[in-house]
Amino acid sequence: MAIFLNESSRVIVQGMTGSEGTKHTRRMLASGTMIVGGVNARKAGSTVDFDGSAQPVFGSVAEAMEQTGANTTVLFVPPAFTKDAIIEAIDAGIALAVVITEGVPVHDSAIAWAHAVATGNKTRIIGPNCPGIISPGKSNAGIIPANITGPGRVGLVSKSGTLTYQMMYELRDLGFSSAIGIGGDPIIGTTHIDALQAFEADDDTDAIVMIGEIGGDAEERAAAFIADNVSKPVVGYVAGFTAPEGKTMGHAGAIVSGSAGTAQAKKEALEAVGVKVGKTPSETARLLRAAIG
Amino acid sequence: MDLYEYQARELFATHGVPTPVGKVARTVDEAVAAATELGLPVMVKSQVKIGGRGKAGGVKFAKTIDDVRKHAGNILGLDIKGHITRQILISPAADIGEEYYVSYLLDRSNRTFLAMATHEGGMEIEQLAVERPDALAKIPVSALTGVDAAKAAEITDAGRFPSEVRDQVIDVLQHLWEVFVAEDATLVEVNPLVKTPDGIVLALDGKVTLDENAAFRHPEHAALEDSAAENQLEVRAKEKGLNYVKLDGQVGVIGNGAGLVMSTLDVVAYAGEAYSLGGGNSVSPANFLDIGGGASAEVMANGLDIILTDPDVRSVFVNVFGGITSCDAVANGIVGALQLLGDEASKPLVVRLDGNNVEEGRRILGEAAHPLVTLAETMDQGADKAAELAAAALNSTGV
Repeated sequence: MAIFLNESSRVIVQGMTGSEGTKHTRRMLASGTMIVGGVNARKAGSTVDFDGSAQPVFGSVAEAMEQTGANTTVLFVPPAFTKDAIIEAIDAGIALAVVITEGVPVHDSAIAWAHAVATGNKTRIIGPNCPGIISPGKSNAGIIPANITGPGRVGLVSKSGTLTYQMMYELRDLGFSSAIGIGGDPIIGTTHIDALQAFEADDDTDAIVMIGEIGGDAEERAAAFIADNVSKPVVGYVAGFTAPEGKTMGHAGAIVSGSAGTAQAKKEALEAVGVKVGKTPSETARLLRAAIG
Repeated sequence: MDLYEYQARELFATHGVPTPVGKVARTVDEAVAAATELGLPVMVKSQVKIGGRGKAGGVKFAKTIDDVRKHAGNILGLDIKGHITRQILISPAADIGEEYYVSYLLDRSNRTFLAMATHEGGMEIEQLAVERPDALAKIPVSALTGVDAAKAAEITDAGRFPSEVRDQVIDVLQHLWEVFVAEDATLVEVNPLVKTPDGIVLALDGKVTLDENAAFRHPEHAALEDSAAENQLEVRAKEKGLNYVKLDGQVGVIGNGAGLVMSTLDVVAYAGEAYSLGGGNSVSPANFLDIGGGASAEVMANGLDIILTDPDVRSVFVNVFGGITSCDAVANGIVGALQLLGDEASKPLVVRLDGNNVEEGRRILGEAAHPLVTLAETMDQGADKAAELAAAALNSTGV
């Protein structure tokens, strides 16, 4: 099954004709994703060739959906235009929007999210500022390298991109049902809890790795959710134990203010509900192996 | 980006939030001139980006010019929790009848904005929130509809402001929302908002945090940056578009992706516990440096340049996972950077590469056989080796 994304996902790319969009559309195609077109109002009607795969460019998400049956969009739109691109995807009623763009103003993310809520949350949003989601062997929507590992029965949810890759690499012999990077911004669509809920319900997932980092209280909330709702083994990892208070560590959301949001507080919250938390990525991988016997 | 109080109050004034106009001074003479121009009495206020200024002696009331001279002399240069006072705000002293509190901020958990308000100002708001949570009204604000007169009235009434200031507070809240939205702020706070004895409501102190992601639509915000007060390595890194934070340890850390670099700092700190530096200290990371998920050769060179010129750094740990980028490009970047830096590169480098094209990356580094470079198989081993080298460098120089 995998979560949110599978072999029947029909994927379009908003911003396919830009440099990042072009580069990653090629990579997604190479990893077996069913890409069915791109969106760029100024280049509507043209076609882009990706090593023999001719991808049509549509004027809007709605048109692309109508013409191709797309149900997933991946956004590589520059930050200044990301809010409008997300709202366009929501208004078109697409099921999944994966927002890769880094550097989106938080007021824009807030407006896009409020619009999603106001229109009934019909579109699942992942990101912004995230690496996307991969269901190895089935589909890859975003920038997660497909060659780290293959399909397996571990589910992974993480705020960070390269830390996601590192953890997939640590567990490359086991493989993954899905690995999802939800992004490090203060306002994001899909949360740890959403992913945990989906992995719990997914028949192809036996165990879950949850990676968090300093800032906010998403990990604490996830811990409370796990206590009541997750029966599968979960192991955790939290980055940022040595981060000083008041300093932004790369991710706009990764900032410790006062006592809330520290790595220690998150670790304790997770351990209190029986989630074993590794001190390092490699120890986390060992804990996961131990958890599945 | 956090603003100084005087900058916050200037933004308030621009958007119609009533606040007394003050003047910034960098010397005692400037302070005296400002006080003379504004008229006595005045407040002399340290301008640092940290709370607790009053308790640290950074906020004083001055009735006479001699007071101004004395307080300005004491406050300029004052160290408040590691922040040195380089400028002071001279502000007309308003008589305070009552103190209130209002703010707008991001509510991450609910993915929306939040208004906080109370008629019980004058104490630490964090303390009030803990001790008497009911006294602090928290009202969600939709990003779509914002704060109009009706919403401002709802916030005012929830904060239980006295009826004689109700209309003024409603007005302040609408203008403050304008600051929040028009300036792309993630926090605007007025603490205290006061009522003077003659019934006028004024913002006497303000805190504003601006969203750096929105800088592209606020070219005017660049002028609010105070690069003189920042760490000079951080300023240089920023100029090169690098994400760098100076820390106080000895192992320079460079990696790709914020999460992986944060994790690397932790792993270095754990490994460092085994290497005592005396006095209860052990080896720890000297910086955070994220060269981005892509990690090109040129960016690697820029990053190494920053780290190797930090005098606190005794060894460097380069930890890269080649996801989008490939390890051979990173290896070439390291070799190229070391050539470029020549004799300036005098600190040992531990390199751990994994991911795309890792064999080729390791081959390039092996072939270059630079005497300063050690290859590590895993992140844990690399961190340990870098900590060991930093401790050895320190102990041999006797620092």
